[in-house]
Amino acid sequence: MRPATPAPGASAVSTWRHRAATSLGGAAIVVMVAVLSLALLWVALRLAGFDATLALGALWRGSFGTWYALTSSTLVRATPLVLTGLAVAIAFRAGVWNIGADGQLLVGAAVATAVGLAWGAQLGWLSIPLALAAGAIGGALWAGVAAVLRTKFGVLEVISTIMLNFVALDLVGYLVRGPLQEPSHAYPQSDQIPATMHLPILIPGTRLHAGFALAVAASLVLWWAMRSTAAGFRVRAIGANPDAARVAGRVDVARTTTNVLLLSGALAGLAGAIEVSGVTFALYENISPGYGYTAIAVALLAGLDPLGVLGTGILFGSLEAGALSMQREASVPSVVVTAVEAALVLLLLAISRRGSAASIIARFAGARSPTPDDAP
Amino acid sequence: MTGALTSFLEASVRTATPLALAALGELLVERAGVINIGLEGIVLGGAFGALLGAGTNHLLLGFLAGCAAGIAVAALFGVFAVSMRADQIITGTAINLLVLGLTGALYRGLYGATGAALSIPTTGSFAVPVLSRIPVLGPTFFDQPPPTYLVYVVAPLFWWWLYRTHAGLAIRAIGERLEAVRVAGVDAHRWRWITLLVGGALGGVAGATLVLSQSGTFAEGMSAGRGFIAIAIVVLGRWRPMGVLIASLLFGAASALQYLFQAMGWSVPYQLFLAVPYVLTLLALAGFAGRRIESPAALGRAG
Repeated sequence: MRPATPAPGASAVSTWRHRAATSLGGAAIVVMVAVLSLALLWVALRLAGFDATLALGALWRGSFGTWYALTSSTLVRATPLVLTGLAVAIAFRAGVWNIGADGQLLVGAAVATAVGLAWGAQLGWLSIPLALAAGAIGGALWAGVAAVLRTKFGVLEVISTIMLNFVALDLVGYLVRGPLQEPSHAYPQSDQIPATMHLPILIPGTRLHAGFALAVAASLVLWWAMRSTAAGFRVRAIGANPDAARVAGRVDVARTTTNVLLLSGALAGLAGAIEVSGVTFALYENISPGYGYTAIAVALLAGLDPLGVLGTGILFGSLEAGALSMQREASVPSVVVTAVEAALVLLLLAISRRGSAASIIARFAGARSPTPDDAP
Repeated sequence: MTGALTSFLEASVRTATPLALAALGELLVERAGVINIGLEGIVLGGAFGALLGAGTNHLLLGFLAGCAAGIAVAALFGVFAVSMRADQIITGTAINLLVLGLTGALYRGLYGATGAALSIPTTGSFAVPVLSRIPVLGPTFFDQPPPTYLVYVVAPLFWWWLYRTHAGLAIRAIGERLEAVRVAGVDAHRWRWITLLVGGALGGVAGATLVLSQSGTFAEGMSAGRGFIAIAIVVLGRWRPMGVLIASLLFGAASALQYLFQAMGWSVPYQLFLAVPYVLTLLALAGFAGRRIESPAALGRAG
């Protein structure tokens, strides 16, 4: 008796995305979002009485203005945003509410650190793929908890993934004060991982590490897989209408949901492992300034399209990198870009409201018992 | 030993107070079928409002301003999630980011990068005559800052409202059978708005409590996940006022363990205990499987 349950995230933006994508093309979406965010920021700065011209100039210099800013700030910052953005996009596409990318990233970072500290020195460069794989598996298992809770027990993944974010945060808090704490036991952080586990630098003289290349590769692969493979079709099918996918397409909804969550968690876990081996070189409690939450904005503004996520991820990376220099040069608080990111999402909701109205119906009622055996 | 226990219990109730306030509000909202993830932003907005309102010596004004800020944030959520029928999860997430960014920017803009604003007045605790003299339980429950007593009033009030009035019946029905209610002529949007604004008011007071009864200052992102915790509390409390109170105490006790450990001189990593309530919530949710009596059936659906 349950009504059809179209994808929440996907349909919420589908009308807007469809219109935008068909008429302008994917890259244009990013440009549009960029122009919009600059306009919003300009208005906010003027309202708050800042020198908007100076501030936006600083934003430009700190993000794209110099070769060093682009490679060492923007793209470095974009890497975890792209990967967690992909994690969210893929999940939302399947109608799976993974709000837990932040926790999955943390677990990935913790596992990668543990692997690096235990075996990094002996394994040499081999420790890099090992740590990245371990991080991805850690993130996947963390998301797997939510998958089991949803498919076996009917627990809404919205709630379970948020809970798991906090468990992960407490877990990392424990690890950096307990088993993984640095030898002097003075600071809540892990020991430095061995230099052999540091990700190679892509461009000499910059801080751009190989993790960015992985993020680009992941975008391309996922874009291709979503369009051109049977698995990608199943993901889109259960996102568009799980009942139709099950009855007409003989898709195992529970299994596809589980696989999507595992993949989503793996991407976020990989982001965590890359942060450790490419940027921080140690595990810290605050290793993520909320990447997993910003990722939701990244994914939505990209219309849940993997290639779009690469664009919006870099855009948000540039915003956050530029915000730091804006704070330095024009004393504009850098957190203002968080508000701009949020305003963009609200704007998107307002524009796509007709498309989203029908889409939410009974999503949660449907999520409660998604096993195939309750087919009508 | 008794002293340590008493102060542990007292700290549990104190820590539980803002959680219970926010969770009671969210309880109401969720019974009307709306899941407001933006509660985190409401609490943070309330804290910032309290900072602005309190100034140097206006406690009551601080609480009122916190309450008003909570209502304002809830109203913004309502414009999108109720009136425009936009997706509740996406709206809530965006609201959280928006409030985090706005309060952070305004705070730095108003008080400079160093912060300051340490001169905020705090309520202190208020001993109830007679009751506070009961050994252990007295100081635990009846020698607390005023917001705790608000919890004692609001919880039974909400129980009465939800289960003993026509309005409460309408609210619960909206959360369960949206179409049926609509056919019966009940204005679902109206009740969703009312519960949302009441929830916003309580969430705002919860934020004000953090500033005016606990820390005596404001910090960026100081809600620190309490809005999300409150959502967990509603789930663990099985969408019932009494359940929410007990679940709040459990979360409060888990946080207060750190003080107990410090007092006893134990160097146990309390982070593991902090995670216990979340794990319990997940287990409790899993335990509901097959008995779909607990969560409002229309939770998350556009009205």
